[in-house]
Amino acid sequence: MPDAIRRSRSETAGRILIYGTLVLFAVYFLVPLFVMVITSVKNMDEIRTGTLIALPQQPTLEPWLKAWGYATIGVTNEGIRGFFWNSIRMVIPAVLFSTLIGAVNGYVLSKWRFRGSDTFFAMLLLGCFIPFQVVLLPMARTLGFLGLSESIWGLVLVHTVYGLAFTTLFFRNYYVAVPSELVNAARIDGAGFFRIFWKIMLPVSTPIFMVTIIWQTTQIWNDFLFGVCFSTGETQPVTVALNNLVNTSSSVKEYNVDMAAAIIAALPTLFVYFVAGKYFVRGLTAGAVKG
Amino acid sequence: MASLVIDNVTKAFGRVQVLKGIDIAVDAGEFLVLVGPSGCGKSTLLNLIAGLESITTGEIRMGDRVVNNIPPKDRDIAMVFQSYALYPNMNVRRNLSFGLETRKVPRAEIENRIQRVAEILQIENLLERKPSQLSGGQRQRVAMGRAIAREPLIFLFDEPLSNLDAKLRVEMRTEIKKLHQRLGTTIVYVTHDQIEAMTLADRIAIMKDGIVQQFDTPDGVYANPANLFVAGFIGSPAMNFIPVSLSRENGHLVAPLVTADGRRFTVPVPADTGALAPEREIIMGIRPENITDFQEGMQSWAHIAALECGVNVVEPTGPDTLVYTEVNQTQIVCRLCPDAAPKAGDTIRLAFDTTKPLFFEPGTGNRIEG
Repeated sequence: MPDAIRRSRSETAGRILIYGTLVLFAVYFLVPLFVMVITSVKNMDEIRTGTLIALPQQPTLEPWLKAWGYATIGVTNEGIRGFFWNSIRMVIPAVLFSTLIGAVNGYVLSKWRFRGSDTFFAMLLLGCFIPFQVVLLPMARTLGFLGLSESIWGLVLVHTVYGLAFTTLFFRNYYVAVPSELVNAARIDGAGFFRIFWKIMLPVSTPIFMVTIIWQTTQIWNDFLFGVCFSTGETQPVTVALNNLVNTSSSVKEYNVDMAAAIIAALPTLFVYFVAGKYFVRGLTAGAVKG
Repeated sequence: MASLVIDNVTKAFGRVQVLKGIDIAVDAGEFLVLVGPSGCGKSTLLNLIAGLESITTGEIRMGDRVVNNIPPKDRDIAMVFQSYALYPNMNVRRNLSFGLETRKVPRAEIENRIQRVAEILQIENLLERKPSQLSGGQRQRVAMGRAIAREPLIFLFDEPLSNLDAKLRVEMRTEIKKLHQRLGTTIVYVTHDQIEAMTLADRIAIMKDGIVQQFDTPDGVYANPANLFVAGFIGSPAMNFIPVSLSRENGHLVAPLVTADGRRFTVPVPADTGALAPEREIIMGIRPENITDFQEGMQSWAHIAALECGVNVVEPTGPDTLVYTEVNQTQIVCRLCPDAAPKAGDTIRLAFDTTKPLFFEPGTGNRIEG
């Protein structure tokens, strides 16, 4: 009896420790967001006179409107609106292409092995570890050669190519767990390469599509390096515009506008995560553990 | 329905020779079972017949058509897989129709066939369900239904019953046999279970290490095994193998047997051939049912030898009781009538049928014909 009591007491202590730590970390991560949100709805006077974490006395949406519509970025005064749409126009095709090609790659590398396919896969995986700085110059030459320099389609191409290593890895590991007997059954039933892909493989691929789409959307949306190197002026994605907004020299540093713009730039990835997030953890582990 | 000829077929994966010259021929409508321990190459051979793997050398013919280079979809075969391989995203009806749609069978004909197959297999009420909503036995039926709906020349079964529980396996075994009698289509059936092989087959190919050890009817492989491996593989409990040293007594060649407590008796050996000669060490094979309880009147039967020995273990199975004893320092099992069953530690008188032993070379395992 005393034994049981002692154990439950030490269990309680353990729980308090675990939850205490979790709460501490949650606060640590959430405080910056909190500061960003309250700062973005304060006016400049309040920011100058109040403390960092003081709640706004007279909340205003003016900084948000300015960040979105008429803040000065580089030489224009139209806010980040246009750049936001640039990012959308870049992300959607780049995510779609890299995901679809990755799916076909994964299908081939798991179900239609050929001589040297494992070597091919290993080499492709190296792509996950190559720092993007290494490829900047060759890529710039390639884009110039293709006539895609400083265009959104150029960025789409770059992101598609450099996303393939990851998307192929995701799909290949997912499809390895799909029984090959299914593919053989369909082959005997008379289905060919693409028919098997469309009718048999794709319908069971929802979780890994979600994972890949979230991953690629986040990666491409948040990319700064390719955006700053391969685009100028009106084709820049929102990450580059945000940087320019914050760095545009003017008489006063408008922290509230900067914060609002930063939150706007982060919203789409948050949105994607909330919509499809439940698939994320499930899909990431799907290839690793059978069942 | 088509005949199937496998002519000197080999298969190598890289340097590993998996099949080493397979020769099998069955007539149209026959039920062929490929049986053997895991790794013997039986599933590889089935994949070659299906066209899922390519043949290294040799030839496979269906009817009078060489199919070596014909892709699986054009071979007019249907296959039932061990895991059933039902398309998880389609309901049963779509599973049955998928192969017909890819072959552009007219819609009305597809409906007809699905209806008929569903009746044959009693799965009419499952047609709208997804595979995940079916039990193992139901999935098995749907997998067979998918093959039947195709109306192929040859059915291929890859260990179709090994994922079912014991009772269901026996039921489905009978159903497969009935189905074969009803459809009359040529079947190639792979299993590692010798009872399935015996009960289902018209002809059995017993394989080991990529070689067909024996290709014969079920009765043939049971009564006349070609070598030690076949003799030990077919039959349950397995045949007893007793090392004996032949000798000549009263002018006859005999195999002496000595029990654990030193009693000695002899089994006459049929002929004095070169292989069966005095002083030779050979292996004598005798099935458990050929050593049984000694009954009244057997003394006068010329082919029965009496054998008194101590009982080590007794295993009742219901219809028979298995009794383990020791001869020539080898454990042997005998099949007795339950009424006559002794207890462990008893000494019992057994009737040894001296017409039944088979003899094998110890080194090669080959059968020595008398």
